Amino acid sequence: MLINWYRFSSPVSFYPLAGTLAYAFAIVAALFAGAGLFVALFVAPTDATQGDSYRIIFIHVPAAWMAMFIYLVMAGWSAFALAFNTRLSAMMAQALAPTGALMAALALWTGAFWGRPTWGTYWAWDARMTSTLILLFLYLGVIALRAAIEDPRRADRACAVLALVGAVNVPIIYFSVQWWNTLHQGSSISFTAAPKMAMTMVIGLLIMTAAAWCYSIAVSLARVQAIIVERERGASWLESLIQPSGVS
Amino acid sequence: MSEFFAMGGYAWYVWMAYGAVAAALVVEVIALRARRRRALAQLRMSVAPPGARPSIIGARGHR
Repeated sequence: MLINWYRFSSPVSFYPLAGTLAYAFAIVAALFAGAGLFVALFVAPTDATQGDSYRIIFIHVPAAWMAMFIYLVMAGWSAFALAFNTRLSAMMAQALAPTGALMAALALWTGAFWGRPTWGTYWAWDARMTSTLILLFLYLGVIALRAAIEDPRRADRACAVLALVGAVNVPIIYFSVQWWNTLHQGSSISFTAAPKMAMTMVIGLLIMTAAAWCYSIAVSLARVQAIIVERERGASWLESLIQPSGVS
Repeated sequence: MSEFFAMGGYAWYVWMAYGAVAAALVVEVIALRARRRRALAQLRMSVAPPGARPSIIGARGHR
């Protein structure tokens, strides 16, 4: 079957698809979150050295991964928007920023409440923590820059440049635990070695990560719909979203 | 049950972390719905003559 993918690069045909996908991903996210929380809080055993404080890992790590990954996706859409001057890709980048900022903030917050019982401090100017804080500021910078520019198309280009320049920070976060020997420990799960934790813990973490993915996709698609309505006002197709009044 | 909420003495840390995540997600979803309603209301204002109050078609996933 041949699908014309270019069709979905225009807001008019993407709008209903985004709505359907957002709804589907929200349901899947809820299912994953339910299963993941069950494993995280009831199935996974208490850690031998950290006690039950380690259970923060099940929300901390997915949030931190999403914060980094959403930034890369945002930068990717930004590059696309700059290269091809496409409205929808810029809108996708715009839709991702608030959720990315939220994930970065949650990664820092949950990390603080995990760091206190295990390291003895809520915050340290550790390489990974500091670079994650910079990630949060980059997200907020992109959001603030857009708010400061009246013309949406100019805002698209300015935000795209900022997002692309800031992307250099993501590998810095990722490799910070190897490049600098500061407080934050190395990764517990890697692609090359066996996980350094119990199998139920790994499974719980992966399910929670899947939930975070689906949640982020769902809210981003729902937000891009709102952005389309905000920015395409005046386009005649949008009027089909609202029922014709009895007057006309 | 109280043993579960005690989290082996780490209740403050665990529930502050989980609670913040739950609260943040709820706030984001509520804010997103408000943004959507606002956008659609402005669209209605720009399309319909003042006085006429057409309703939104309830499409799937668009609540």
